[in-house]
Parts: sequence; structure tokens; C-alpha cells
Amino acid sequence: MQPFTTLTGIAAALPIPNIDTDKIIPARFLKTIKRTGLGSALFHAMRYRADGSEDPEFVLNREPWRKAEILIAGPNFGCGSSREHAPWALLDFGIRCIIAPEFADIFYNNCFKNGILPIKLPQSVCDRLAEDAMLGANARLTVDLARQVVVRPDGEEIRFEIDPFRKRCLLEGLDDIALTLAHADAIAAYESRRRAAEPWAVG
Amino acid sequence: MAEGARPRTLFDKIWDAHVVERLADGTAILYIDRHLVHEVTSPQAFEGLRLAGRRPRRPDLTFAVADHNVPTSDRSAGIEEPESRLQVQTLEHNVAEFGITYFPLHDARQGIVHVVGPEQGITLPGLTIVCGDSHTSTHGAFGALAFGIGTSEVEHVLATQTLLQKPAKNMLIEVNGRLGFGCTAKDVVLAIIARIGTAGGTGHVIEYAGDVIRSLDMAGRMTICNMSIEAGARAGLIAPDDTTFSWLKGRPHAPRGEAWDRAVAYWRTLPSDAGAQYESRIVLAATDIAPLVTWGTSPEDVVPITGAVPNPEDEATEARRAAKRRMLDYMGLTPGTRMQDIRVDVVFIGSCTNSRIEDLRAAAAVVNGRKVADGVRAMVVPGSGLVKQQAEREGLDRIFKEAGFEWREAGCSMCLGMNPDQLKPGQRCASTSNRNFEGRQGPGGRTHLMSPAMAAAAAVTGRLADVRELVAH
Repeated sequence: MQPFTTLTGIAAALPIPNIDTDKIIPARFLKTIKRTGLGSALFHAMRYRADGSEDPEFVLNREPWRKAEILIAGPNFGCGSSREHAPWALLDFGIRCIIAPEFADIFYNNCFKNGILPIKLPQSVCDRLAEDAMLGANARLTVDLARQVVVRPDGEEIRFEIDPFRKRCLLEGLDDIALTLAHADAIAAYESRRRAAEPWAVG
Repeated sequence: MAEGARPRTLFDKIWDAHVVERLADGTAILYIDRHLVHEVTSPQAFEGLRLAGRRPRRPDLTFAVADHNVPTSDRSAGIEEPESRLQVQTLEHNVAEFGITYFPLHDARQGIVHVVGPEQGITLPGLTIVCGDSHTSTHGAFGALAFGIGTSEVEHVLATQTLLQKPAKNMLIEVNGRLGFGCTAKDVVLAIIARIGTAGGTGHVIEYAGDVIRSLDMAGRMTICNMSIEAGARAGLIAPDDTTFSWLKGRPHAPRGEAWDRAVAYWRTLPSDAGAQYESRIVLAATDIAPLVTWGTSPEDVVPITGAVPNPEDEATEARRAAKRRMLDYMGLTPGTRMQDIRVDVVFIGSCTNSRIEDLRAAAAVVNGRKVADGVRAMVVPGSGLVKQQAEREGLDRIFKEAGFEWREAGCSMCLGMNPDQLKPGQRCASTSNRNFEGRQGPGGRTHLMSPAMAAAAAVTGRLADVRELVAH
């Protein structure tokens, strides 16, 4: 996984509540056996018109937000399905950080597994960041994961909270399967205990 | 409960029994007892294993079936769509390479993963169960801790049979009283989502309790736990009881003989202790629940069938007004329209929410002796091949077919429109599925969620209809 340390980039505002995973990427684009190449289907229904052309009103179709790396989103972003194609599509488009008042649980988890940093900040703060985002290329935001701050274009620093284990995994780009496999003996011991107590459960 | 021990919830007990090791910051290595796998969210996980030179730790605890992307029409010629075919072939290749139990497309046991797991007795009380699908919450109906995971976590479970997790918060939802005539488990769960909102359960596991939940059969309990995710909760739970045990006894993968007796004795210790603490507690009265339908594009947008399309201008904030206006625009609805005056083009009876034999019986009871209204396309997609066979033994297929319904093969079908079963732009569907999101059932499609009996009522009247006016009390 690509580590996440600091990011300075253009932020796009999409302050709509309950953007679900079908809006992020509709199911008919999930027929792939790869993780890459999904960026073109990102936000498909909002981004393209019925004839397949780009909707010039949609923020990610406009300059400079076509190159956005940070998304300022609304509450309950990523609700719905567990499809990891949602963060894969965002990543493939170039989004590395999403800031929202609240995320749906599974989507939030999936971001961390893909080097995307999801940041929870209160609605009022997200509103201010969305105003920054509207200014475009002259108002880049900086996200510093080690220091846990978002830096606004005027230099104001906004602190965010993050689980320490997830922070470390992102900063170092760790493979959490390898981390868990380091505990293989404990897993085997657990299986023996359960096998004795509940043979129907673990076989 | 041992004397002096802290009273624990059902969730706490299952959690505690599955912690392999607690890491320094409170993250737990949580053991996973059953891993269900389907064709859409697993190919990249198997590929990841191969790239890292790893193998599944417990293929014997892993079960696979293709459901999301499979045709529900005649399958004798295989899968026509090349991408869908490749996805199913990839699953078949992976299960063969790694020795995973698989229910193939031509096997009667094939079906929607959340119908198949319980049906085969793979799902049991007290287990941890995961699947790369958010509706894994369904299995909580048996008192199993079951939740959806992404593909990276599918790979993690394949490689380690564990997940790195932090405990969820406990929420208790009690539904008390007796459900009124024409009201079902689907109406109960829609009422719950309307009450707490689509983010109301975020970070929580919801335990459902109260006399209404106790009196539900397993199909109804599965419907409720299934839609926990629509309330933002990753998992729903219902304490196992005699209804659970008698439903499971004799299932192919359930324990037998002495092991069964030991298992039941253990399962009886699982219900929450008196005095167990919940972070939040919600109480609903059954008498407040009517047959419900959704009007918008979020499962919380619920009104009684006797109601009308709400007015966005009644919302408190401009952001909410704008969101509701957008929904009505998408849904092609005007404020004040009576729900029962809304005409439908398509009726879909199926999905992991409502495709079990009990659901089909409820729909058939309404359809019996009637015809699908002119201009309406109506389909029944049973949850599994075994559900289909059972329905055919009971003659339900004849009732549906004589009325003009399509009687199809098992799969996820029009719930998410990955296969050819999709709405056309602008089409309006009465659906027993779980999500009314924009484009969910096909680009531009308009979904109204409801119970199987209510969907059947819509099919025979050609509009959203009150099932209580169609069947004798």
C-alpha cells in the first residue's frame, strides 16, 4: 500500500449528504477482476449526461477540480454497500483524502486499506473547508497526517483525530496481513482452545 | 452469569469469545468462524493472496457461491455477458485451486449468499461470520456476529482467518406489542430506519428485542437484521431461542447428535444478561407501525401507504430542503400526491431481504386468483434454488405464473442490477429489496421499497396499494 504522509492539493467540495456507494460507483461497473481503471466510472450518474458526455456543471468536470486530490464531502459519505470498488475508483481518479462530518463504517475502513485518509471534522469546519475548496487552485489545502492537522490556505491549522494503529499503518504503508501473520502462533492456540470447547464452530 | 461478573450483552459475549489477542492500542485480532465468498468482491482478494505467495488458512471454514452477477433467466447456455462470465469463472478457478466449498450455478443449493448460508446451516448462533457484502448483517438473526467487509479484509480473512477490529457500541431496539393486520418484518425495519436515520446506527451493533421480534419467524428476523446496514449499523443481532434452534436442526452443516445438544446448551447462554449496558436504547410500539413504502432515494424516506409524498419545504434547513427537492425530482414525484395514486411499471419480489419461502408465500397469498395489472412487468426471483423448489412443491410458481409474473432462477437480480435484470431510465419499481438509491436498480430507475405482500398488491393493482384492502382480515 502507498503510504500517506503529507498531501498538498486542490480540494473539491461535494457537500451532499448520504452519498452512497452506488453513487460513488454503480454496480454495473463492478464486473472487473482488477482494482485499477475504475476512475472513469467514479460518480458516474452525477458526472455524465444521458448521452455519455461530461456534465460541465459537476465539480470534478471543471478546472481546476479535475485534478482534485482532496474531497470535502457531506455527512454519511460512503453509506450502502461494502464494495471496495468505491475507494478504488476514488484513488484511481486521484483522490487521496476525504474530509466529511461522518462516514459510513465499512467505507471508512476500506479507505485505510488503500492509502486513502478519511478525516472526520464537524459540519461547521467542513463548511469552511468547502468554501476554501470553491476558491480552486489558489486555495490548496495541506493535510499532515503525522501532526494530524489540515492546514487552510490562510495558514490556520485544524486538528483531527485518528486511531493510532490506523495512523501508523497509513504513515508506513504497512501490510496488515503480514502484521497479523506475526501472531500465527496465537491464532493456532486459539483454534485449539475453541476446537475443544466448541467443536462445531471451528472444525 | 458467574457471580460478580459484569453483565454482558449478546454482542459482548460473542466478541469476548473471539478475541485471539488484544494489541497495545485496543485493536483486537478477532477470530472469524465462517467466511462467505461471492464472485464480485473476491477476485482481487485471491489475486492478492497469490501475489504475496499466501494460501487460505482455513479453506474448510470458507464457502463460496456466485449470486450478484448471474443470469436469472435460462442458464443452460451458460452466462452470455463476457465480463460476468469471467467473474464467475474466476471464482470457480479460485475455489478449485484453494479447495473451498462451492455451490455451483447448476446446483439447487446455489442462491443469494445470505439465503444460502442459513439454509445450509453454515450460519449458527454465537459464530463470527463475514462476507464481502454489506448485507452480511442478515445472519445476525441467528445470534451470530455477522458483518460486511471490503475486499482487502476478504484477503485478510483468507490469509489469517481473523480481522483487526475494535469493539462496536451496543444499541438496543425494542419493538413491543403486536403487529397490526398487513404489517410485516419489513415494515418494522423500515419504521426503525425512519426513526433513527440511515446513519443512526453508525459505529453500533443493533440488538433487536421485544415481543414483536420474539414472535417473528426466522425469515422475518433475517429481514430485520438484513437492513441494519441501512440504519448505518454494520451488524444486527437477535438472541437465539427455540425458534432459531428448531429452524437450524438437521441443516446440512449444523452439528448433529451429541454435538447438537452441546451446541444448544452453549447457545442458551448467549442472550444478553439482565442489567447489561447499552450505549443507546430505542423503543417502538407495534401499534405505531403501518404498512410502509419509501418515497425518496434513501431508505429513511418512509411514509405509511395511506400517506402522501412529503413537501421538501417543510424541512428545517436549506440543505435538507435542497436534498429532498433533488430526490423528488429524481423520483418524478410532486409533494402532496397520495402514495396510493402512484403508478408502477415494474414489480420485483426478491433479494437477500425478502426472497425466502415465507416471503413468496406472503406475496402469493395476495396474488392468488388475480392478474398482474396491464403494462406492469412483475418478477419473482427466489433466494435460492432450494427456495424455488420448495415454492414449486407448494404450487406458488403456478399462482405467480398464471397471474403473469416471471418466475426466475435464484440470484441478486434487480436488487442491484448487475445482471441484465435492470430498470430502464424513468421506470418505477415496487421492490422488496433493501436500497432505493439513485440508479441502484438501473440508471434512472425509481425504487419504492416495501414488503412482499405490498409489492404483490402493487403488481395486481398497477399502483402502490394498501394490501389491507386486498385481502380478508
